[in-house]
Amino acid sequence: MAHTHSAEPTRRDFLYLATGAMGVVGAGAVAWPFIDQMNPDASALALASIEVDVSAVEVGQSITVKWRGKPVFIRHRTEKEIEEAKAVPISALPDKLARNSNLPDTAEATDTNRAAEGKEPWLVMVGICTHLGCVPIGDAGDFGGWFCPCHGSHYDTAGRIRVGPAPENLLVPPYAFVDDAKITIG
Amino acid sequence: MAGHSNYVPQSAAAKWLESRLPVISLVRGSFVDFPTPKNLNYWWTFGGILFFMLISQIITGIVLVMHYTPSTAAAFDSVEHIMRDVNFGWLLRYMHSNGASLFFIAVYIHIFRGLYYGSYKAPREISWILGVVIFLIMMGTAFMGYVLPWGQMSFWGATVITNLFSAIPVVGEAVRTWLWGGFAVDNPTLNRFFSLHYLLPFMIFGVVLLHVWAFHTTGNNNPTGVQPKSNQDTLPFHPYYTIKDLFAIVVFMILFAYFVFYVPNYMGHPDNYIEANPLVTPAHIVPEWYFLPFYAILRAVPDKLGGVLAMFGAIAVLFILPWLDTSKVRSGVYRPLFKQFFWIFAINALALGYLGAMPAEGIYVILSRICTVYYFAHFLVILPLLGFLEKPLPIPASISDAVLASGAGKPAAAVAAPQSK
Repeated sequence: MAHTHSAEPTRRDFLYLATGAMGVVGAGAVAWPFIDQMNPDASALALASIEVDVSAVEVGQSITVKWRGKPVFIRHRTEKEIEEAKAVPISALPDKLARNSNLPDTAEATDTNRAAEGKEPWLVMVGICTHLGCVPIGDAGDFGGWFCPCHGSHYDTAGRIRVGPAPENLLVPPYAFVDDAKITIG
Repeated sequence: MAGHSNYVPQSAAAKWLESRLPVISLVRGSFVDFPTPKNLNYWWTFGGILFFMLISQIITGIVLVMHYTPSTAAAFDSVEHIMRDVNFGWLLRYMHSNGASLFFIAVYIHIFRGLYYGSYKAPREISWILGVVIFLIMMGTAFMGYVLPWGQMSFWGATVITNLFSAIPVVGEAVRTWLWGGFAVDNPTLNRFFSLHYLLPFMIFGVVLLHVWAFHTTGNNNPTGVQPKSNQDTLPFHPYYTIKDLFAIVVFMILFAYFVFYVPNYMGHPDNYIEANPLVTPAHIVPEWYFLPFYAILRAVPDKLGGVLAMFGAIAVLFILPWLDTSKVRSGVYRPLFKQFFWIFAINALALGYLGAMPAEGIYVILSRICTVYYFAHFLVILPLLGFLEKPLPIPASISDAVLASGAGKPAAAVAAPQSK
């Protein structure tokens, strides 16, 4: 301590530091409930999973469903779209990861890894631009996939970012085909 | 402040109060007897205009809350209820929404006045920094206020701005979820924005008092940038500047009334009369006009984190402005080169505002990048260099000298000491 000139720390120094440290811990403990109350509450956390009937979605059609307050795109892709997506080398992609919640984090952004497992025509993605959260428009943009009108991000037919400020491919949520006509999301 | 008054309480009641709480001498020293440079022009009235706008926003806001319902199910309808059913609701809401725009018009003029006359320079750095703090809180308040009607622009504006925080490395996603209170902008978000929108104006009020305290300690800047040297250079604040400010406020109220009564939606966006829909983003989303220059900077950078850093950096650079300007001369009046760069900067800022309203494609992106680079170059390159390269004009010996030189032809005594007439 600056105000004591003894070489050895005194009992007073110890009490001073201990009191101060206790005060900081106490202030932190009191502050935490005031900060944490803003985090998602129990009702928001109750992870809703939804079941979607996709039997009416023909090739070349898309539907948008709402899951956890967010839009989810379900697209039944055409042969041409799949071929276009397959033709892109991984090295040409700004984001080389699949961003597929059903696969390991390190999976590459190949078309197979982006599409439904074993059902390559089906593409299920959270319809939220990874830039600043707008909902991209379908069948639009320079790559025939999705285009975000807010800040000009172009996604291809596998929902991968190709051009624009978005840093990541559109997120593939956890989902599974229950049977050929039904998907559960969440 | 209090020290500027030679007030001596006369009545028994005033003596009783003064000896317990010297509030009369504080007010007299700050707003009655306060010695103010006698050459302040009309650009200096915007401080008073801003104070008027703050009070107007607080009063209209308090009464709007008496009719507004902060919930995603009822917010949009309650605003329409204010517009159609509440007595004078249309007037109060239009005063509040247009008041926000007029508030920003005044604050931008006030900021540019400070930039031109070097009001940020020593010894007024703290006044300037507190001003930037007020500007930041104003932006937060305006942004959250715009979310409350729960229209399409409210919702998507809130989504885009809160998503800016997800660009922060590592903790970004957690911060965003914390701001939302969920996994998207929803009812918890609306409720907390409402709470903060009510709080922040009072914080602005508090910082405004500090802002005034700071420049009453250093004394006002003035168009010459020369410090007052004698009583010949100053006038008591009342009645000289109370009346001048009041006149300017009345003129400004005419502009305010024009917007409220004739074009109340001119500065708004029609899409905000569509109720918020989380599944559809409007084809062309834009923030309110007063954020457009910063929005243009955000979009100019083709990288998420980079864009966010540039946007916040555009305001952060204002905090260190007092130390970036190396010129010894305070006022732009005596700086021939600075004057030209000041106007280029002003045009550049307007250009950024225009570009922020345009779609993010083609030539607009390229122009936004050029203007963004120039914005930062003005502060980080031009201002530091100008202090060394520029040869300033001779500055007057005192405020009185400058006034007398420009007031040629009038009786010298009248110009020199108008308060003795």
